[in-house]
Order: sequence, then structure tokens, then C-alpha cells
Amino acid sequence: MNMFSMIAEHMYIVFIAIAIAVVLGIFFGVVAYWVRYLDKIILWLTEVLQTIPSLALLALLMIVFGLGNTTIIVGLVLYALMPIVRNTFIGLNDVQPYLKDAAKGMGMTKLQRLIKVELPLSFPLIFSGIKIATVNSLSIAVMGVLIGAGGLGFPVYRGIQTRSLELILMGAIPVVLMALVFDYVMSNIERRLTLRTSDTNK
Amino acid sequence: MTLIDFLIENQRDMTNNLLRHIELVGISVFIGIVISIPLGIVLSRHRKLAGTVLAIAGTIQTIPGLVMLGFALIFLGIGMLPALVILSLYAILPILRNTYTGITEVDPSYTEAARGIGMTNMQMLFKVELPLALSSIIGGIRISTVYIVSWATLASYIGAGGLGDPIWTGLATYNTKLILSGAVPSAILALVLSGLIGLLQRILTPRGLRGVRV
Repeated sequence: MNMFSMIAEHMYIVFIAIAIAVVLGIFFGVVAYWVRYLDKIILWLTEVLQTIPSLALLALLMIVFGLGNTTIIVGLVLYALMPIVRNTFIGLNDVQPYLKDAAKGMGMTKLQRLIKVELPLSFPLIFSGIKIATVNSLSIAVMGVLIGAGGLGFPVYRGIQTRSLELILMGAIPVVLMALVFDYVMSNIERRLTLRTSDTNK
Repeated sequence: MTLIDFLIENQRDMTNNLLRHIELVGISVFIGIVISIPLGIVLSRHRKLAGTVLAIAGTIQTIPGLVMLGFALIFLGIGMLPALVILSLYAILPILRNTYTGITEVDPSYTEAARGIGMTNMQMLFKVELPLALSSIIGGIRISTVYIVSWATLASYIGAGGLGDPIWTGLATYNTKLILSGAVPSAILALVLSGLIGLLQRILTPRGLRGVRV
């Protein structure tokens, strides 16, 4: 078992999942913000996804997508949607009305306002959602081993099967360290982003 | 054999699994509540200590479920008791954090007013701070419950029983029906419990605070 390749594969799975979740999450957050009557249902659906037990969701996905990395990536995306969609929605709603009015007054279209004013101003909050999703995904990705995916779940599961604490720790320590490092680094970035926009956004 | 036949044939197994699952969730969330609400109150009185304790609890929470399962298996063995220990450990953080923030976020003007009319510390806690923090505390219990329904499916692997049993067996033997007979009820259980506790939260929120986002 090569430690480096397992860490690399773990990160690869999480990054792909987060990348997809960011695109989808911001998209659905914007849809919820633009289309008033859809907001409740979109937020509710992402919350429902989050509520489904992970083992159950992964087992169900395995029935559809089979064994392998694809299945765990789909599962992680579904779990990551909630924090990103919710924070995008709240962030867009919290942009000061006078800024929205000013943008409208300058003759910006709806799309221009979104891209040039509203999304940049809500980015710190969106980033905070991405942080939560990333840290959670690092931990949930360990379960990928149960549905035939690679990553650090492999030594953990092997350790459970052979009752070897060493093997379990070999997988667990890198996962927890990565989660803590990502949390620390992304919290710092988040703080800087918030400082930069705080004088205009509240 | 169609899915319906399968469900009818395995009705008793499914009911037993469901009841055992509810038992696991109920006991561990109860233990979580008993530990974390008093601890949260103590922490709100010692705010310097709070940062450290919450950070430790937060780190425990980042340990993946599968790893915790491994620890339980190696240090505590198999059965329901090791599972309950692990599940209770996971139940603590959300309730602890919400109790702490719920109490510390009570508007100081209320506690000053309580102090001003001559309330003792205990009176202030039970008549002012806890009622105002109740909604946040129940929110924590709701998060814990949803987590525990999920972790409890994992705990079946170490012999705790519950709805995880058919999922694990189904995964090992690639039996779709078995997987469905565990996964669907556990998902529904999580959603129902979350909804019920959410309802309780709304009912128990003091009338004057309803409509205010907590």
C-alpha cells in the first residue's frame, strides 16, 4: 500500500466532488434567489439529501452507478450541495438593497448585476459554505471503500477487518490532519475575504 | 421475487431492525443530552475554557465514522454497548455547541434586567437563560439525532443491529433488495425524526421570539 497515492486519490475524489458541487450549488443558489417560488423547495431538497444516512445513500447510489470512484463522487456532491446552496442563497439575499438599486440604476441587466455586484459581494459567505462542504467531504470520502472507491478508506477498512489499530490509524491520521488543515487555511481565507467586502456589505 | 413479496416476507426482520435502530438512536441521544446540556451551562460560565473544550469536541467530530467504528471494535469489542459509547460521543458536540451559543447569545439586557430584579444565579439560569436558549438547544438535538441515525447504520457492522444490518449484508452480497430494505427505512426515519424535532422546536419557542430567526 502506497501512502502517497492513497492520500492523492483521496484528495482527487474530494476535489472533483467539491468542484462539481460548487458549480451546481451556486447555480441552484442563484435559481432559488431569482425564482422566488422555488427557493423553499430547493433549500428543502438539499436538506433532505443531507439528512439521508451516508451508508444508506452510498448503498443506494451503488445500485445505480455500480462500484468505483464515480459513485462516491456523486454521493459527496449530493452531501456538499446543502451548505453551498444555502450560503449562496443567504449571501445573495443579504447584499444591501442600495447596492442592488445602484446597479439597477446604472442600467445593468439582471445577469450583469449578478456577476458584477451580487455574487462578488456574497462570495465570503459562499466560500464559507465551500469550506464546510470540503471538510465534511474529506471525512465522508473514507466510506468510499465500501462501494469500491480508492482513497484513505482502504487502510481503515482493512484495519477493521484485521483488527489492526496501526492500519486504521494509517488512514485516519491523514484524514483528520487534512480536515484540520483545510479548515484552518480556508477559515483564514474566509476572514480576509470578509474583511475586504465588509465595508460595502453591511 | 418482486420487491413487494420480499418486503412482505421480511416484514418481521425489518420491524425488528427499525425498532433496534430507534433504540440505539434514543439511548445515545439521551446520553448526549444528559452530558452536554449541563456541560454547556458550565462552559457558558467559564468562557475561557469553552474555546478549548469546543475545539476538542470539534476535532473528535472530524474523525470519520468508519474510523470511530474501528476504534470501538478494537478497544471495546463488538455488541450494542461499544456502539452506544461511540454514538453518544458523536451526539455530544452539536448539543454542547448549541447549548453554549444559545446561552451566550442571550441579549445582555435580559440578564441585566434579571439581575436588577434580584434573581439569583440559579433563577436567572432557569427562568431567563435556558428558556431563551431552548430553541437553539433543541436545534442541536435535532442535528445530533440526524447524525446518529446515520452513524447507527454504520454501527451495525460491530454487531449493534439496526437498519444497517441489511445494508451491510446487501453490500457484501450485492443484494439490491436487502440494501433497499435497510437504506429506505433509515432515510425515512432520519427525515421523520428531523421533522418531528423541528416541529417541537417551533412549538417550544417562546411566543415572543417566534418569527425571529434563531
